[in-house]
Amino acid sequence: MTKAENEITWKEINIGATVHEPGNASQYKTGDWRSNVPVVDFSKCIKCALCYIFCPEGCITKNDDGFFEIDMYYCKGCGICAEECPTDSIIMKEEKE
Amino acid sequence: MSSVKKLASKMLEEKEFFAPGHRACGGCGEVIGLRLAFKEIGGNAIVVNATGCSEIIASQYPYTSWNIPWIHALFENTAAVASGIEAGLKIMEKKGISHSKGAKVVAVAGDGATSDIGLQALSGALERGHDFVYICLDNEAYMNTGIQRSSATPYGATTTTSPVGGKQKIGQVTWKKDMPSIAVAHNIPYVATACPSYPVDLVAKIKKAIEVKGPAYIHMFTACPTGWGCPSNMAVKLGRLAVQTGVFPLYEVENGAYTVNVKPAKLKPVAEYLKIQKRFRHLGDEEIKYIEQRLAEEYQKLLEKSEASAS
Ligand SMILES: Cc1ncc(C[n+]2csc(CCOP(=O)(O)OP(=O)(O)O)c2C)c(N)n1
Ligand code: SF4
Ligand code: SF4
Ligand code: SF4
Ligand SMILES: [Mg+2]
Repeated sequence: MTKAENEITWKEINIGATVHEPGNASQYKTGDWRSNVPVVDFSKCIKCALCYIFCPEGCITKNDDGFFEIDMYYCKGCGICAEECPTDSIIMKEEKE
Repeated sequence: MSSVKKLASKMLEEKEFFAPGHRACGGCGEVIGLRLAFKEIGGNAIVVNATGCSEIIASQYPYTSWNIPWIHALFENTAAVASGIEAGLKIMEKKGISHSKGAKVVAVAGDGATSDIGLQALSGALERGHDFVYICLDNEAYMNTGIQRSSATPYGATTTTSPVGGKQKIGQVTWKKDMPSIAVAHNIPYVATACPSYPVDLVAKIKKAIEVKGPAYIHMFTACPTGWGCPSNMAVKLGRLAVQTGVFPLYEVENGAYTVNVKPAKLKPVAEYLKIQKRFRHLGDEEIKYIEQRLAEEYQKLLEKSEASAS
């Protein structure tokens, strides 16, 4: 785990502010940026993978049944998956709370 | 298996080299392009990143979205830094002290970084023939600093430095700089335009760019909902419309020979593309007609080049 920016003291900053842990941005939650949330209806899904290919967050993964699931820790609710889904399996709803 | 399915199953095998948790605006086209490109490039690469959205969204200290070696560069020297790393890798390999055999150097830079401020360094690197790939992420303005015009901003678009108001009726008064042709003029082995809305085409081009010996230049059209004034779900659709209206034709130039990769039988009315974006909303019928005519002419010229290459 990398310490968050507000937890690091100047003594802990690497020379040149280099970062030594690849991909550690994955610790950072972007899901709370969301104001709309995608909701997938697997019964309509044809497993075409377009939502997976186009998601800018790379937060859609294939589950054991071959359906594509969204990781809400990162999903920003942009709506691209819903817009591009050829079967309208994904709809955007207002994020509650 | 369809080409999209094939692409998806190949992508699923690879990890995300551009990890989630990055801070791009929701619906950013640049990151779709980066994600797809690096799925193909894979883990044995060194990224040289000019300042701009692609950099700042992925390198907020103490975090990085990159799962491969990455170095920050300036606008002015991105291609020079890439040249130096490529030359360094070569000599290390020769001396047998390389830690990263066969690593590919990939420069990533915005349209401002590429067609304005870093152009001289890029020209030098292309001319010297370094074995590297240069990817320009073209969102048609300096977005990271709040939407200033660049020479890649299209005719008619408003930005904070090509505003509409008073006597200024059209926004950007100059035509978009033809950056891919500038790259072609260096007689490098590979130049291509690409757009994440055509992912199979994009990934195939990245593959060629990586495989070719010598410099490869990829000019990627990446929609920016924040700077273009459109809903966050429009980046893929806008890229598709840009290709179908002739705003951004998809083509490649291999050792000087042109191929147009996506050939619409008839270009769609450009209004379909312009109307979704606030940056064009002030344009009247006359300006739209002018844009459409000019796009048709440019597209015709491109088709002629490709026909000449085939004969
Ligand atoms: C020489 C110089 N001028 C200005 C800046 C400030 N600056 C940082 S990023 C940026 C915008 C980058 O635009 P572009 O290259 O198109 O990338 P984008 O952010 O649009 O992806 C600017 C102007 C700088 N870093 N260096
Ligand atoms: S709404 Fe956007 S971020 Fe969320 S899963 Fe769909 S494409 Fe990805
Ligand atoms: S785009 Fe739609 S149909 Fe295709 S895999 Fe995703 S949810 Fe299923
Ligand atoms: S300003 Fe545009 S290019 Fe930059 S992160 Fe936001 S959507 Fe992407
Ligand atoms: Mg830009």
